[in-house]
Amino acid sequence: MFDYTEKIREIARRLLQEKKVDGIIGFKKGTIPMMNQPVFITSPDRVELLHWDSWCGVNLANYLPKREGRIGIVAKGCDTRSIVVLSQENQVQRDQLYIIGVPCRGMLDRRKVWEVVGSADVKGIEEGNGKVRVWGNGFDLKLERSELLQNNCVICVHRNPVVFDELVADEVEEQSVDRYEDIRNIEAMSSDEKWNLFQEIFSRCIRCYACRNACPFCYCPQCFVDESRPQWVGKTIDRTDTLTFHLLRAFHMAGRCTDCGACERACPVGIPVRLLTKKLEKDVKELYGYEAGVQLDERPPLDTYKPDDPEDFIK
Amino acid sequence: MAEWEPKILAFLCNWCSYGAADLAGVSRLKQPPNIRIIRIPCSGRMNPKFILQALRKGADGVWVSGCHPGDCHYIEGNYYARRKFALFKNLLEYVGIEPERLHFSWISSAEATKFAAVAKDVVESVKKVGPSSRLIKREAEVE
Repeated sequence: MFDYTEKIREIARRLLQEKKVDGIIGFKKGTIPMMNQPVFITSPDRVELLHWDSWCGVNLANYLPKREGRIGIVAKGCDTRSIVVLSQENQVQRDQLYIIGVPCRGMLDRRKVWEVVGSADVKGIEEGNGKVRVWGNGFDLKLERSELLQNNCVICVHRNPVVFDELVADEVEEQSVDRYEDIRNIEAMSSDEKWNLFQEIFSRCIRCYACRNACPFCYCPQCFVDESRPQWVGKTIDRTDTLTFHLLRAFHMAGRCTDCGACERACPVGIPVRLLTKKLEKDVKELYGYEAGVQLDERPPLDTYKPDDPEDFIK
Repeated sequence: MAEWEPKILAFLCNWCSYGAADLAGVSRLKQPPNIRIIRIPCSGRMNPKFILQALRKGADGVWVSGCHPGDCHYIEGNYYARRKFALFKNLLEYVGIEPERLHFSWISSAEATKFAAVAKDVVESVKKVGPSSRLIKREAEVE
């Protein structure tokens, strides 16, 4: 995966020199381990900043809505699906973009590293052959890469970009996994159990809206949480208000969420918010046979209908 | 103390179900008095926020009713509504709201008897699960 960096730089340099794009959105190496930062590059002599490793989890499609000009963007499988949804929703035009597709083997989760090393500072991290070496003051460990994957990457079924203008490497093998095991377990619970479970999960929420801001699809000029008169969502961290916020936020993702994991990665208190979006994803798939961000010319499921849609819940 | 009676908020589409409620009234059909009606232009106007707000403010049940598929005054509003309801109902059940509190129906303006029957059905169903306790906002509102 590390030879990707050179290839990305090479493509970026060529695009900028040939003036095919006005700028490139990619990653540069972060100042601390396990955190890379998004970077916008407009001149060919800065392409050496571009970087790629297993800590490029941030969904760069978040920087696309309403952007003008021609943009080159480095995109993993889930990012390209977000791009598809954004172009279905007219937030960006496909022909504005030059998509540098990155076949992805999953991004790593810094929280899982912290779980292993505890409160010690990580000084450095490197990987190879499915192992990750992490070191700092008083420790030097070798960990299995597969155990550090982000939760959404473990069950990812679109590792390869679904749309692209150029790939940086050969496509990787897709996984065939059961995406909804945890959802089905919750569905099988009684109402009381479900209620208690989600009360517990969301009791940690501090209403920072990081999950909203990290999401490439949260681009409304005014968010429902900021509306007043009528104010649909309370602004406190009262449990009702918190749950209302999370329900509505998740519902806005119905048929759009590509499970890029941005919300969960951004959450400072580690709430598994994907439990809600994945439930909607599962229902959309089961009821309407739709998977978000795969076909450019399809309409999103809540923007269309079939006369014979399931309605056994309606009297 | 008198027996507990549920408060149920009904969102009825202007062209069909509201007409049915009207007809049920003028026809003097017997129906339970627990339903409070809000008239909406079309079931497609329903926003999940309305359902949440109803529960938040203490409604024991919510009932949304519109025209039969194919009969929408705006041609297709109820088709879109149907998809929204299906997903939202599932989502609310998934977080632990009792399924007995949420009801959806198609009732044309001629179906006064169906209206009365469904109203009875809805009330019985909500009575079964008792007063709502979940999602009610108990602390003071902050504007």
